[in-house]
Amino acid sequence: MIGLGAVYLAAGATFAAFAILGLGRRRWPNALFHALIALSFLAGDRLGDRGNGLLALALAAIAASGRMRGPRPAPEAGPQAPAPRLFALALVVPLTAVAGTLAFKALPALVDPKQATLVALALGAVLALLLGCLVLRASPIEPMRAGAGLADAVGWAIVLPQMLASLGAVFALAGVGAAVGGLMGGLIPADSVLGAAVAYGLGMALFTIVMGNAFAAFPVMAVAVGVPLLVGRYGADPAPVAAVGMLAGFCGTLLTPMAANFNLVPAALLELRDRYGVIRAQAPTALLMLLFNIVLLWWVAR
Amino acid sequence: MLVLGGVGVVALGFVLRFNPLLVVVAAALATGLAAGLSPLRVLDAFGHAFNEARYVSVVYLVLPVIGLLEARGLQARARSLVAGLRGLTPGRLLTGYLLFRQLTAALGLTSIAGHPQTVRPLVAPMAEAADAGHDPEGARAMAAATDNIGLFFGEDIFLAIGSILLMKGVLDGLGIHLEPFQLSVWAIPSAVAAFLIHGGRLWLRDRRRRSK
Repeated sequence: MIGLGAVYLAAGATFAAFAILGLGRRRWPNALFHALIALSFLAGDRLGDRGNGLLALALAAIAASGRMRGPRPAPEAGPQAPAPRLFALALVVPLTAVAGTLAFKALPALVDPKQATLVALALGAVLALLLGCLVLRASPIEPMRAGAGLADAVGWAIVLPQMLASLGAVFALAGVGAAVGGLMGGLIPADSVLGAAVAYGLGMALFTIVMGNAFAAFPVMAVAVGVPLLVGRYGADPAPVAAVGMLAGFCGTLLTPMAANFNLVPAALLELRDRYGVIRAQAPTALLMLLFNIVLLWWVAR
Repeated sequence: MLVLGGVGVVALGFVLRFNPLLVVVAAALATGLAAGLSPLRVLDAFGHAFNEARYVSVVYLVLPVIGLLEARGLQARARSLVAGLRGLTPGRLLTGYLLFRQLTAALGLTSIAGHPQTVRPLVAPMAEAADAGHDPEGARAMAAATDNIGLFFGEDIFLAIGSILLMKGVLDGLGIHLEPFQLSVWAIPSAVAAFLIHGGRLWLRDRRRRSK
């Protein structure tokens, strides 16, 4: 059965190629950084918890040394291809990802259904790469060189989402969730419907800003405020309390550097000078949406 | 309450712009120690979670093909496509993309777009071209922001998305039994509001741009 193993093999091979190309260009810190990511993908299950912890520490040390180098000056452009061909190739990844997700769910014997989306995304990337090399008559080294250039542009931010997920696990182990939930419950007056709606909606957003993920906030805030107060005391329908509360949390996701894959990685990918440029661009929408969601929570509970 | 020290380390580290990877490691250590764990126990927990979370980084598999297409002129072609369409402003382009992202996410097609796959090679250069040199950085940042907003306020309308299943699980644990459909239908008012609010901001940005 095709599952995460095959996907990690492909990702590991890609980062190994980036590392080798980095060596060839004498970018030692970048090469070492990408080699460690390749090692994690290819052999992470055999390193043990402590080995993986040391690997993560090494990644942080390389990043903090400040010796990783940014993108090289404009990569040598190959012969320019006609627009329809380029657009068609660009659509191979998303179309395969979607078609594969739908098809694999129907083929549980072939592909692990829980991983259908990741397998389909990886398949789309590999398929687009093969088609791209064929249609554009590129040698396999050209995309790897260009990909390594993009990885250099993203720099250390490439593992930040994974590192933050690990921090979330340590937070959970240490009981940070319960502490924040208690703090929220005590800080915000909840002796009126409006107070309870504000405590719950704002609590979801603030908790998400801290943890970087609304999924971590929801169980705590729903149990601490949403269900006992809004549903229990004020008789609100539990469906909107849950659904709109989660969306209030999503407003927090738009505001926090902790949600690196949505906010910091794109800033690096788009080569913005301001690391927080994406957060700044979405902040007004996020704050207005938070207000809307809190009013909606109040309206269903009033 | 002591365990919240780690949250403080994160906030301070991000504000002072230390390297975020270093901030994360320091915050994990501070939190673990505050909770009475030994440094080695924290290292093990961190390493275990790091290995379990590898799926987050799989998306970078698309970098080689995106790099190849860009080297052969994809961004330039996307720009000239937009330059050929008169009357296309960044606001109109991104409002269309917002609607596309919300509708496809509502159908469960969340992986149809994303920052490495579509925003960097297509949407951002198109927005920048439509902006015609007014504020290139702002146009690119707004392209990424629009992708996030469209995804977040569309995906919960789909029944089988992770957050709907999480809500159902938590509510089941509290003795409240709901069907996923009852939850997902309540994502629709916020989806409409997000389209109006963000679309309105994009329209205002266009107006400010014209008046300069």
